[in-house]
Amino acid sequence: MFKTARRGLIKGAVAAMVMGLGLSATGTYAQAETTLKIVPHSDLKILDPIWTTAYISRNHGYMIYDTLFALDESGNIQPQMVDTVTTSDDGLTITMTLRDGLAWHDGAPVTAADCVASIKRWGSKDAMGQKMMSFVDSLEATDEKTITFKLNAQTGLVTLALAKPSSNVPFMMPERIANTPSSEQISEFIGSGPFVFNQEAWEPGTKIVYDKFEGYVPRSEPASGLAGGKVAKVDRVEWLPIRDQQQAVNALKAGELDYIEGLPHDLLPLVEGDENIKLVDFNPAGNQFTFRFNVLHPPFDNPKMRQALLYALNQEDFLQAQIGNADYYKACKAMFGCGMPFETDAHMDGLLESNFDKARELIKEAGYDGTPILLMHSTDLAVLTNLAPVAKDLMEAVGLNVDMQSMDWQTLVARRAKKEAIADGGWNAFITSWTAGDLFNPVAMAFLNSSCETALFGWPCDEKIEGLRDAFARATTKEEQLKIVEDVQGAWFEYPTHIHLGQWNQATATRSNIDGVLPTGAAVFWNISKN
Amino acid sequence: MFSYLLRRLLATIPVMLLVAVFVFMLLRLTPGDPAAIIAGDYANDAQIAEIRSKLGLDKPLPVQFMVWLGNMFQGDFGESFFYKKQVGELIAARLEPTLSLSLLTIILTVCIAVPLGTLAAYRQGSWLDRGIMGFSVLGFSLPVFVIGYILIYVFSIQLGWLPVQGYQRISDGVGGWLLRLILPSVALSVIFVAFIARMTRTSVLEVLGEDYIRTARAKGQTESKVLMHHAVRNAAVPIVTVIGLSFAILIGGVVVTESVFNLPGLGLLTVEAVLARDFPTIQAVILLFSFIYVLINLAIDVSYTLLDPRIRY
Repeated sequence: MFKTARRGLIKGAVAAMVMGLGLSATGTYAQAETTLKIVPHSDLKILDPIWTTAYISRNHGYMIYDTLFALDESGNIQPQMVDTVTTSDDGLTITMTLRDGLAWHDGAPVTAADCVASIKRWGSKDAMGQKMMSFVDSLEATDEKTITFKLNAQTGLVTLALAKPSSNVPFMMPERIANTPSSEQISEFIGSGPFVFNQEAWEPGTKIVYDKFEGYVPRSEPASGLAGGKVAKVDRVEWLPIRDQQQAVNALKAGELDYIEGLPHDLLPLVEGDENIKLVDFNPAGNQFTFRFNVLHPPFDNPKMRQALLYALNQEDFLQAQIGNADYYKACKAMFGCGMPFETDAHMDGLLESNFDKARELIKEAGYDGTPILLMHSTDLAVLTNLAPVAKDLMEAVGLNVDMQSMDWQTLVARRAKKEAIADGGWNAFITSWTAGDLFNPVAMAFLNSSCETALFGWPCDEKIEGLRDAFARATTKEEQLKIVEDVQGAWFEYPTHIHLGQWNQATATRSNIDGVLPTGAAVFWNISKN
Repeated sequence: MFSYLLRRLLATIPVMLLVAVFVFMLLRLTPGDPAAIIAGDYANDAQIAEIRSKLGLDKPLPVQFMVWLGNMFQGDFGESFFYKKQVGELIAARLEPTLSLSLLTIILTVCIAVPLGTLAAYRQGSWLDRGIMGFSVLGFSLPVFVIGYILIYVFSIQLGWLPVQGYQRISDGVGGWLLRLILPSVALSVIFVAFIARMTRTSVLEVLGEDYIRTARAKGQTESKVLMHHAVRNAAVPIVTVIGLSFAILIGGVVVTESVFNLPGLGLLTVEAVLARDFPTIQAVILLFSFIYVLINLAIDVSYTLLDPRIRY
């Protein structure tokens, strides 16, 4: 009796102490009304989405900035901050009027001068922006709300480039911020997007906080892709980078988190079948694995050797080895992505089917002398790890001598920038992955840029491809553009710059009370509600 | 004593300088280019070179070193390449979780390991002794992340008693702070309990065989008094040394635990900085770890004089 009473007393005392301390598994934070807690695909380090092409900075951009145009779910260009667009009869003057009610997070109205400065900064940094600006004679704010482009030639590139969905996205910033040279990072983070960056609450490496922008006036159209009304349906979004994805899954299952961006495929079985969790895909167009050549050094300085790989490789082996689950990948011969606006199989017959005989024939014709091919193998990004060994096997099957060197991704990033000979730290090939939004046309696709010195690492150099990219930029109709895309694939076959190794998707896991994830191609958080 | 302390503190200067040179050179010799990482996937050669120049990485190494050293003497550890924040600020924000975790772990460890080790020595050869030593072997053998995952599965996912991950600052409430540190400190303390319990057992065993213990017993003192006043006290010097070193190891070695439990401490900061080649942050964190090691060693040495009156400096 006494023992029972004493135990009761002890329990009571412990309970009182626990309550006094405010112990609870959910913590004692003062929370905003509705807080969406998400695990982004990586930590946000750089806050200037024009300075870097990192996807996490792009996603940060979508939180706080807005764009003049955007692509809808079907890949069509729609006005976003813009109300009306008019093009002169000769096609050389484009006038855009901003819609009413646009305001910066500091309360100032958005003006055409702000947008002009933003376009100029982006246009000096981004490859597609540079191409667009090459058509621009003058770009001016002709009044508070009107932006006027005077062009030196007709082009369909202006609105297409301003609707660019992935890095670098032409985000609009106040003029004083956009006047920062593109070689320097901005230090003030004021946008006109649906969320405000809460700089005081930012804990680098730990927590990034965005609050709903009460002054945002969304478009009246329903949200579609990156276009339409951007309605913030939660009061706060917290990005909580967690390195250990297994732990992120545990926290999601325990209800501590609402959303994990891009769940690794091997962790899917842990959440499949859990009624509290659902899987969504905000990027149905997916991603594309890409094999990149360095054309500066033998043997890939010879286009025939690169063509040999077009025959030697096949997409299924790579996709099977890396993704494994057929629900999350598809072989796709279209360079510009399946399900994308410029999808075509032109000039792809017989390629990417592991036709070893044809590959050996081309290697023989190229006079390959057994020079070792230095293939860089990234080991610390789970989504790339298994690809290089597959490439090595397939290349060796056609008689190539492959020296596969394993390294962490950051070492690879540093090495791929080196033009030196292999013996001095150079390289021949590596494999990476792009999101479909980066590949959707010949101007946007960075690996197709064949402008020699100014091309991306790998430095392809081909006048024909460059001529076709220019022609694409000049084209003003979709039909014209599609025809050029077909020709581009033909030119690419003659002068391969890279090889696409198949399309893959990645599920995002959310709690089942989360609704409204949009198919945008990037992780955006407007339209999402927490019920 | 004062002159001893002064001498030891002065001796830290060349040590820290050597560490500084070593860390600086090691980082520059490591493959990887922070400019290429910052620039992102689309950047061309010119853009990378421009960033490299902005970061001062295009200057000769001796110049870079002297600039860094000069700034450090003025208390400026530089700016993180990535976060564009002062490294001192970043470190200050990460100190609290690491120190909290280390302190709680070491308190838990001492409270469990010293009594266990003493008991094992006192009951040498008994089932209790074997049981404790068996646990000790197990504690050594289990990696901390395995223990962490098991604890999370049982206490967070199955029972829902404790949070899976995350940290709450002590200023936001002691309760939440403690709650989030229970699992990580228990997971981390297992290996240290195993280590210190063994060490305590060995030291106490050695002392228990001394003549003065026999004399104390012959004088009719109780066993508890013999054990606490004579045995443990005389065995304290090696035990305190191990506890001190364990604390130093904890501060610099909680990377895995911080990663498993998503605690935003110095360990995670170091890993992130290394992966991103954030030179200023790595350099400052390693210097800080070295300085903490030196200070803890000094504290251990000073503690000897309190534990053993025969030791004088």
